[in-house]
Amino acid sequence: MRFEYNIEAGNFSKAGDASSSFKKILKQLNVDPQIIKRIVVSLYEGEVNIVAHANGGKAICEVDTNLVRIHLVDVGPGIPDINKAMQAGYSTASARVREMGFGAGMGLQNIKNNADILNIQSEVGVGTELEIIVNLPKAG
Amino acid sequence: MKLSDVVSILNAEVICGQTRLEREVHAVFASDLMSDVLTIDSEKLLLVTGLVNIQTIRTSEMSDIKNIVLVRNKKASPEMIELAEENRMVIIQCSYSMFRACGLLFRHGVEPVY
Ligand SMILES: Nc1ncnc2c1ncn2[C@@H]1O[C@H](COP(=O)(O)OP(=O)(O)OP(=O)(O)O)[C@@H](O)[C@H]1O
Ligand SMILES: [Mg+2]
Repeated sequence: MRFEYNIEAGNFSKAGDASSSFKKILKQLNVDPQIIKRIVVSLYEGEVNIVAHANGGKAICEVDTNLVRIHLVDVGPGIPDINKAMQAGYSTASARVREMGFGAGMGLQNIKNNADILNIQSEVGVGTELEIIVNLPKAG
Repeated sequence: MKLSDVVSILNAEVICGQTRLEREVHAVFASDLMSDVLTIDSEKLLLVTGLVNIQTIRTSEMSDIKNIVLVRNKKASPEMIELAEENRMVIIQCSYSMFRACGLLFRHGVEPVY
């Protein structure tokens, strides 16, 4: 199953809509609540990053029998130094983003901690792509 | 501790989830930083926060946090209350500062997360 969500740049009143919709789907599919939390926290961090730092993008969420794969794709500005961006505490968030309760520089690390696999690719001037994979244990 | 005890200790007002005050909370996490809240993995948690916007509720939704105290008389918007209600949350509003609210809860034996 595949679900696609648009993510608007700068729109904090909608930040989390994608994560919220996907969470409802995972609940309906009877995924274990602990695993749902790991998936949606990762998705939400990525979604908020697109709202806060990028010029808009989308989340593509795929549910397979043994894993959930999330692609977060945005249309720039890209991350110049991914290693630096991954460091806890590093943030370029604006004052407005901080007012919303974000911008501590913890999000990418938190995705890494919650996901089984996190791949980040980014090109300055083009965009950033995150692949997040969380394994689903076999039912029963 | 029951949420109804939290309400009386903090001399607070319930603005969402009046019928859910029998719920138990086992630990408190206090933060205005949603990034920080998103790293918490704790059951039966009470979030104490001075950050009052829709992301407070969204973050709680993603983190499976069902119980929120808003300090310093900050008012939740109708949009926040609607989203909280949809997720069967309880929102408690008090006039005390973050420090006072946390101090009182700690004195009454509620555990910290760390
Ligand atoms: N999609 C993106 N496009 C451009 N830059 C990004 C993107 N995602 C992250 N970054 C950059 O990486 C930095 C670190 O991201 P991270 O999510 O770890 O922290 P943050 O978003 O700044 O704060 P927090 O997630 O704790 O609220 C950001 O400040 C930003 O500079
Ligand atoms: Mg972030």
